[in-house]
Amino acid sequence: MMNRLRSLSQRMTSWELLLVALLVGVLINGANQSPYFLNATSFSLMFSDFSEKSIMVLAMMLIIIVGEIDLSVASILGFSSAIVGDLFAAGWPLWLAIVAALVVGGLAGLFNGLLVTRLGLPSLVVTLGTLALYRGAAYIVLGERGISTYPNVFTQFGFGDIPGTLIPWTFLIFAVLAIVVGVMLHSSWVGRQLFAIGANKEAARYAGVAVARIKLLLFVVSGLVAALAGIIFTARFATSRADNAVGFELDVITVVLLGGVDIFGGRGSLLGVLLALFTVAALRDSFALANYPDQVQSILVGVLLIVSVLGPLAVKRLQDAWIKRRHVVSSQA
Amino acid sequence: MQTKSSTSPTPASGAAPVDTSLASVVARIGQAREFGLLVVLAVIIAFVGVQQPRFLQISNFEHILQSIAIIAIVAVGETLVILTRNVDLSVGSVVGFSAFASANLLKNHPSLNLLLVFLFGCAIGAVLGAVNGLLVAYAGIPAIVVTLGTLNIYRGLDFAVAGGSEVSAFQVPTAFLNIAGDYVLGIPLLVIIAAAIALIAGYFLRYSRQGRQLYAIGSNPDAARVVGIRKSRLTFMAFLTTGILSGFAGVLWASYFATINSGAAGGLELLVIAAVVVGGVNIFGGSGTMLGAMLGAIVLGVIQNALGVLRVDQFWLQAIYGAAILIAVTLDALVTRQVQRLLIARRAQRE
Repeated sequence: MMNRLRSLSQRMTSWELLLVALLVGVLINGANQSPYFLNATSFSLMFSDFSEKSIMVLAMMLIIIVGEIDLSVASILGFSSAIVGDLFAAGWPLWLAIVAALVVGGLAGLFNGLLVTRLGLPSLVVTLGTLALYRGAAYIVLGERGISTYPNVFTQFGFGDIPGTLIPWTFLIFAVLAIVVGVMLHSSWVGRQLFAIGANKEAARYAGVAVARIKLLLFVVSGLVAALAGIIFTARFATSRADNAVGFELDVITVVLLGGVDIFGGRGSLLGVLLALFTVAALRDSFALANYPDQVQSILVGVLLIVSVLGPLAVKRLQDAWIKRRHVVSSQA
Repeated sequence: MQTKSSTSPTPASGAAPVDTSLASVVARIGQAREFGLLVVLAVIIAFVGVQQPRFLQISNFEHILQSIAIIAIVAVGETLVILTRNVDLSVGSVVGFSAFASANLLKNHPSLNLLLVFLFGCAIGAVLGAVNGLLVAYAGIPAIVVTLGTLNIYRGLDFAVAGGSEVSAFQVPTAFLNIAGDYVLGIPLLVIIAAAIALIAGYFLRYSRQGRQLYAIGSNPDAARVVGIRKSRLTFMAFLTTGILSGFAGVLWASYFATINSGAAGGLELLVIAAVVVGGVNIFGGSGTMLGAMLGAIVLGVIQNALGVLRVDQFWLQAIYGAAILIAVTLDALVTRQVQRLLIARRAQRE
C-alpha cells in the first residue's frame, strides 16, 4: 500500500502535489468552519451542486488545451434550459424538448467554432459576443417567465441519488464523461493531437493534424455539453429561467487553469483538473455552509483564477533568475 | 498617394511609398468605418422616424445622448486598452463598486463637498485599475484571465461592503442627484462631460507621442519594443486610465440612477466592448479612433431607444449587443483580409 502510494506521488507533478495540499487545507478549513461539512451527505450535496460545472469543465479543458477558450458556456446552458422550458410548456413531449435543446446547443457551439476556424477570429472575442447573444436568445425565448411544471421523473433525476447510495444521478454522468475524456486525452492519438495543436499550431498542421476541423469539433462538443448541463440544471432546480447559471464560466475556467492546464494551450492533465474541481467545489461548499453568499465566495474563486496563472509564471521567473545568477557565479569562478 | 507611389522613380525611395500607401489604405478604411456608422445611424433614424415621428424630436436625441454618456466615458478607457491588444472585462464591476461606495459615502456624510466625492470615486477606480494593470503589464498574465477574475472579485467586494443594502434617492443630497440631470447652455451636463473626456483622449491618441505609441504596441508589440517603446508602462497606464474613468463614471451612475445596490452596472462590460468594437477599434489592436468608439456608443444608444419607441421587448437588447460585437469583428476580419490581398497584389504588380 505504502509503495503504491509512493509510486503514485512520484508520478504526480509538483503542481498536482501542490493541489493536494491546497485541497487538504480547504477541507480542514471547512471542517473548522462548520460541523456539517466533513460527512458523506454533505459531499453528496456538494457534488450535486457542481453537476453542471463539472461536466462543462471537461469540455473547457479540451478547448483550452488546443489554445482556445469558450466564454459562452453558461449562456448556452441558459439558452438550452429556456428551450426545454418553452417547448415543454408549448406541449412538446419532454424527451423531444430535450433533444431539441441538445441540437440547439450543438449548433451554438458550431457557430462559435465556424467564426473561430473559418474567419480566424480570436475565440475570446467570438465567445464574448455569443455570451451576450445566447443569453439574449434565452431572454427572447422565455422573457420573464419561469417554467416549472416538470414531471417528477425528470426532477427526481435532477436531485435524486442512485437508489441505496449517496451518489447523485448527475454525478454518474460526470463520471462516465470524465473516463471517456481521460482515456481519449491521455492514452489515445486524439489526445496527442490536441496537445500538439496547443503546443504549436503550425507544426501540428504541417504534421498532418486537421487543426481547424478538430477545433471546430471541440466547440461543437463544448456547446453540446453546455446544453446537457442546461438540462441537468433545469432538472435540479425544476425550473427554466432565462438567467439560469449566469456567471458559471468563472468557476469552469478557474477549475481548468487551477488544474494546471496552460492558458496558452499545449499542457494539462485530467488528474490536475479533477483535483482542482474538488478543491473549488469544497471551497464554495464550506463557505456556503458558513453563510457566505455566492458573490463573496466568488472573490476567492477569482483570486484562485489569477493565482493559478500568476503562480507558475512567478516560479518560472524565479528559476530563470536563479539559473542566471548561478551562471554569473560560475563564470566568475 | 497612389499616383505618387506609381511614379516614384528611384528604387531607393521605393520602400517609403509602399508604407504611405499602406497608411493611406488604413486611414481610408478608418474613415470608411466612421462614414459607414453615420450611414447606419441615418438608416435607423429614418426607418424608425417614419414609423414614429416623435422619435425625431430633438428632446429624444438629447435623451439618447444622455443615456449613453456614462457608457461613452467608460468606452474611452476601454478603447485605450483594446488598442494595446488587451481587454478589460472588469469595468462594470468597477463602475458598480464606485457607484455604491460614493453613494454610501454621501449617505453617511451628506454635507461633503461633491468634488471630493468625485475624487473618491476616481481614487477607487485608480486602485482597481492599477491592480488590473500590474497583473497584465508587469506580471504578464493574459488580460482575459486577470479581468475575468477581477470582474468577480470587485463585484464580490462591492457585495461584501453593501451586504444586500441599498442607498436610496432620498438618502443623498439633492444637489448630487441634480448633477446628472443638469443642463449647461441647453445641453445635458453628462453629454458635455463625456464629449470633453472623449475630445481630450482623442487628441491625446492622435497627436501625443504616448498616444501614437499605444497604436504601435497594438499593431506590432515586438517592433514597438525594439524601437524602445515602454510597452509595460503604457499598457499599465491604459488599464489605470480605464480604472479612473470607470470610477468617475460610477459616481455619475450613482447620481443618474439615484438608487444604488451592489448589483449596479452589472454586465456593463458587454455594452462598453460592443460600443468600442462597433466603432471600429480593431480587437487585434493597433487601429481605431476615439471618434469611432463614440459613434459606436451612439449607434447602440439609438438602437436601444428605437426598440423602446417601436415597443419591441427590451429582452432583445442583450442579443443585439452580442450580435453587434460579432458583426463588427467579422466585418473587421473580412476587410483586413481584403486589404492584405490588395497590398500583396499591388506589391507583386510593382515588382
